[in-house]
Amino acid sequence: MLHDIAFALERGEVAAFVGPSGCGKTTMLRIIAGLDEDFEGEVQRRNSGALGMVFQEPRLLPWRTVEQNVRLVAPELTDETLASLLSELELDAHRKHFPGELSLGLARRVSLARALAVKPDLLLLDEPFVSLDQALAARLRNQLSGLMRTRALTTLLVSHDLEEVARLADRVFLLSPRPARIIVAIPLTTPRDARSDREIVTMTAEVAKQIAEFAPPLIP
Amino acid sequence: MVRFVSLILFLVVWWLASLFVGPQMLPGPEKVLAVVVAQARTGELFFQIGVTLARVFVAFALAMVAGTALGFIMGRRKLADSLGDPWLIVLLNLPALVIIVLAFIWGGLTEVAGVLAVAINKLPNTIVTVREGARALDPRLDEMAKVFGLAPWKTLRHVILPQLAPYIAAAARSGLSLVWKIVLIVELLGRPNGVGFEIGTAFQLFDVTRILAYALAFVVVILAIETVVVQPIERRASRWRTKAA
Repeated sequence: MLHDIAFALERGEVAAFVGPSGCGKTTMLRIIAGLDEDFEGEVQRRNSGALGMVFQEPRLLPWRTVEQNVRLVAPELTDETLASLLSELELDAHRKHFPGELSLGLARRVSLARALAVKPDLLLLDEPFVSLDQALAARLRNQLSGLMRTRALTTLLVSHDLEEVARLADRVFLLSPRPARIIVAIPLTTPRDARSDREIVTMTAEVAKQIAEFAPPLIP
Repeated sequence: MVRFVSLILFLVVWWLASLFVGPQMLPGPEKVLAVVVAQARTGELFFQIGVTLARVFVAFALAMVAGTALGFIMGRRKLADSLGDPWLIVLLNLPALVIIVLAFIWGGLTEVAGVLAVAINKLPNTIVTVREGARALDPRLDEMAKVFGLAPWKTLRHVILPQLAPYIAAAARSGLSLVWKIVLIVELLGRPNGVGFEIGTAFQLFDVTRILAYALAFVVVILAIETVVVQPIERRASRWRTKAA
């Protein structure tokens, strides 16, 4: 499924993986997360600190409230940290709600809050905003980029959305179809915060162009 | 309301039937109630019911704890399932009476043998139900627990047990009624007290009134437990479901 994938992330770097559907992006994340042990190779993490992961589906415990879901994975979380995390993600009003009472967008945010609550050394995002409407996805993306800025999170992002990638990533890895390998790594040199909307458009186009160049038949 | 009417109807049918077949065969509700009151006055009723209840709870608890643990392991591990399944089929098809008689022969007419016999009767049923639950556990939540490094007991308490809860509740529901019926047979065959022993004595005297008095009193007790203990627990455990948007 994957073949000859090798890369290293700097501390605080955000790497995005883009590739055709079913090429093994999720599998790669699962291997890094330690969920898939059927592979040859090596995953090294400098300091084996906490891992935060946002799955494609929120994967919250339906029988625990929002607050309990977050606290469960981060028992040492102080009331203040929790409060500020929830308010940054605009979840204050939903603390006592059960996941079944939340919309998908809200559940996604809770899932993000949970991943951030563990103060991760490495954050894994598996298409975190897929199947949300454009406007909501854009808002969540802004919130996420703000959170990543203040925390200097080393992040691995898997996404189909090139604009999302252009906004959030420091480096973009293009993957080939199965067996996936890294075709090219595109550094996005302008610091994430300093990117204007125009630059984002240019970067999106640039990434799209690269994709077209390396894997022509895969572009819709 | 409908339930109440239905209950009244039951009493009327009982009363008419007793007129028809005669009080020797089927005493009317008022006669049975009189015996219940008389037995309650002497304290006999409470003692016998108390003894039986104690046996019911010990056997029930044993079967639920052991059955849940075994069912969980069998649902999760293929090897345990393959190993345990033939035993389970044997146990499921062994008549309650055979288990009880063998327990008394091997263990003597003792309390331990009696209670164990009841627990073993209930055990396979709990295992089968909980095994279904363990097979239906959501692997995605398991992965979540693993990624976030939840301690095993935390995973058990917050991730696994809530998913098993409906299955455990189902096993407990059917368990309570099954266990008390088997306890009565155990008491009839090999204990010197309890509701089953009383009914056995009444049987030898063909005292139908007393048989019905004890049976009725015990049904009321079990109903009360069901209403006051089992249902509130179920409501609490499923409160996250009811409010779903």
